[in-house]
Amino acid sequence: MASSKQDNVFAVLSLSGGNDGLNTVIPYNNALYRDYRPNLGIPADKVIPLNDELGLHPTMAPLKTFWDEGKLAIFLGIGYPHPSYSHFRSMDIWHTCEPDKVGVDGWLGQAMKEIDPQASNVLTGVNFGRGLPRALSKAGVPVASVGDLETYGLLTGIEGQDQRTEALDVFARMYGPTVGTGYALTYIRSTGIYALKGADILATAPAKYKSSVTYSKSTVGGYMKNIAQTHLANFGTRILYTTSPYNSFDTHANQAPAHTSLWTDVSVNVKNFYDDLREHKASDNVLLFMFSEFGRRITDNGSGTDHGAAGVAFAVGEHVKGGLYGTYPSLKPSDQEEGGNLKSSMDFRSVYSTILDDWLGLNPAPIVGGSFEKVRFL
Amino acid sequence: MADQNIALMAHLMRRAGFGASRAEVEAKAAQGYDATVEALLNPESQPAVDEDLMLRYNPAYNQAAAIEVNIQRWLYFMINNPRQLQEKMALFWHMIFCAGHSKIDSGQEMGRMIDMFREHGMGNFRDLLMRLSTSPAMMYYLDNTESHKVALNENYGRELLELFSLGVGKDETFNYAEADVKACARAFTGWNNAPAYPPFPYGRSPWEFRYDPADHDDSEKTFLGETGRWNGEDIINIICKQPATARFLSRHLYNFFVADEVPVPSWRQTPPRDMELVNALEKAYFDSGYEIKPMLRTLFTSDSFKAPSARFARVKSPAEMVASLMRTVGEHRDEIKPGLFAISQEPKYMGMDLMNPPTVEGWHTGHEWIDSGTLVERINFASEYLGQTDSPGVRDMIDRLMAQGARLSPEQFVEGCIDMVGALNVTDETRQTLIAHAQRGGELRHGTDAERAEFTRRCGEMFQMLAATGEFQFS
Repeated sequence: MASSKQDNVFAVLSLSGGNDGLNTVIPYNNALYRDYRPNLGIPADKVIPLNDELGLHPTMAPLKTFWDEGKLAIFLGIGYPHPSYSHFRSMDIWHTCEPDKVGVDGWLGQAMKEIDPQASNVLTGVNFGRGLPRALSKAGVPVASVGDLETYGLLTGIEGQDQRTEALDVFARMYGPTVGTGYALTYIRSTGIYALKGADILATAPAKYKSSVTYSKSTVGGYMKNIAQTHLANFGTRILYTTSPYNSFDTHANQAPAHTSLWTDVSVNVKNFYDDLREHKASDNVLLFMFSEFGRRITDNGSGTDHGAAGVAFAVGEHVKGGLYGTYPSLKPSDQEEGGNLKSSMDFRSVYSTILDDWLGLNPAPIVGGSFEKVRFL
Repeated sequence: MADQNIALMAHLMRRAGFGASRAEVEAKAAQGYDATVEALLNPESQPAVDEDLMLRYNPAYNQAAAIEVNIQRWLYFMINNPRQLQEKMALFWHMIFCAGHSKIDSGQEMGRMIDMFREHGMGNFRDLLMRLSTSPAMMYYLDNTESHKVALNENYGRELLELFSLGVGKDETFNYAEADVKACARAFTGWNNAPAYPPFPYGRSPWEFRYDPADHDDSEKTFLGETGRWNGEDIINIICKQPATARFLSRHLYNFFVADEVPVPSWRQTPPRDMELVNALEKAYFDSGYEIKPMLRTLFTSDSFKAPSARFARVKSPAEMVASLMRTVGEHRDEIKPGLFAISQEPKYMGMDLMNPPTVEGWHTGHEWIDSGTLVERINFASEYLGQTDSPGVRDMIDRLMAQGARLSPEQFVEGCIDMVGALNVTDETRQTLIAHAQRGGELRHGTDAERAEFTRRCGEMFQMLAATGEFQFS
């Protein structure tokens, strides 16, 4: 574990759409896997073996390097009781830790409230992508949400650098403190100043950044680079979040080529991310977590797979104790979740609890809504 | 100073609709305020939205299950429906009768629900509650499909009272007791859907409401002091005659159309901001036999609504921000072109995922729409579109400014721009800051091509800065 939890940084890459866990961490010697995946099964000789039973998708060689270093934790059979097969609902459950009722506050929003109760740093949390995932949402917690770090800021529609600088100057004066304008306008103006401050600081990140690493020109590549740039700029950002293109992992059809390109993209750019941080000696306090809202159906549908239940998740970091955590869900019909799905054997809130307690130094129970046995991967 | 008739008409169109272009505001102001209110209240006197073009270019629209397609269709209606109040009422009900796609998982069902609000949202409240209680999406969303004679689920029974009709309390007293919730839920047993379960994993199929008498608890119940073998419809009849229902509806109408109120959970202990108007709305409700249209007429013709102090007294919702901007600048109006999909995602970036409210309690409104992330989205979106000087609505605004004279002083210029973007109510500090900025560019002329180009550029820039003001966040 890093020396001080006060400095630890937590990054998330959300694999939106429901990643097919069965073809990500593959039970390649299981005869049932062959029976259930006549069309989409990955041949045993193509799998990257982790042990005699399980292996990674052939595109995941870059991630396997972390396994070899003992810095990749793989969470097997991860999910929650009574799975929802709706993308939105299931993602909400992962975001809010509320499987039975509709939750409002995100788990990382609540974490940020604990980390920085006075919101003294407007960049404690930064999201890359348009719109805020509910994981980061909590009233009174400012989170910058950045569509593109290179162009992020206010009044980006104004062409010409001089005109924009002048307009921002006018903006700052218009949003300056005033008296007697009513609560709502006063509130909006102070929020505007927050936003301007956050944007001004963030805008300096790309210029400070220099690296020999070249990320892919994909969404994941671009945002993993942005996360590295923000971390390397030392703004005191503790929570960094991004999401793969919306529902990209929703491989109902043509899964074989799609899944190949999705995992090539993720693996290569996670490797790039740590290479980049290591080049700058800034990887020690960073933990990266990857998850998806659910896994997919055990039986393939000919060219793809439909929404399923338990899946896999990953943690990468210098202080991660590499290995397999949990047990791989049984493929036997009698052991399956209703509807032909994998039954979860590990609650995601166990992993969250570990991260909150052992990485961020926060009391997990109020955030995840109860006590969950920790997974000792940190 | 802006023309008061124009300012009032712009106010009416912002509230009773999704705003209007400058040309439309002037045309309606010429017709008169009361005539415009009547036209809004009688949607059948206006042409329906033209969907033919949309269907021709997007043949899958009617049946499409995807939520994004349904959101895009709704935004097209907000921008283009000549029956603007009808469309505004669809949003009003969506923000009260909350059901969300995150659970329902069918864009088609969400679209059907909004269509129902559009079609019946200005009709009879009793009729609307019946339609809501027989909406397959709502029955599923609030677990009434899981409520049985032998195993009661109180979710719909409770929310119908707390969030859809009576409210928790008024004048510091409670409107119902736990026993009423139970009686209400029992009366609604057997009100469920066919097919009974969410259409997973066998592909989506359309749901229909189904009343199952065998699953209905037909025993005697006491609800709000009345005893009988009540079924759901009896409960709705009892609900509709309660003064609490009239109060609840009136406060919601005030909050949505006149000025931001305190959050709904505080209504039991906090009296209405404008008791006189709320009482007038309650009276209209009972006098008309629960009709919504007479309540709206009372509201729009009231002094409280027309008073200058009501203008810009509400923070725009993201849907209002996006749709009204499109109407102002004249983009995606009566034309189908690429880009509407991206625009339909904007409310979500601003914190309002249409057809997917965060919970059954809906969105937190007023200043709670704004945080540092959503404010950046709002400002950048508005300034991008108001700065596009080749958009028809923006071009028209510039032409009108040019028509004000051969030369404009910086003060006249700023005043004219404030007027053009909707007779905005700006503070003196903002006005002085903008004038100081305009003074650096000096007087504006448009005699030569070069002067015209510079005039146009400065208008675009000034519109963008106005879009960035705190004041622009208000409706």
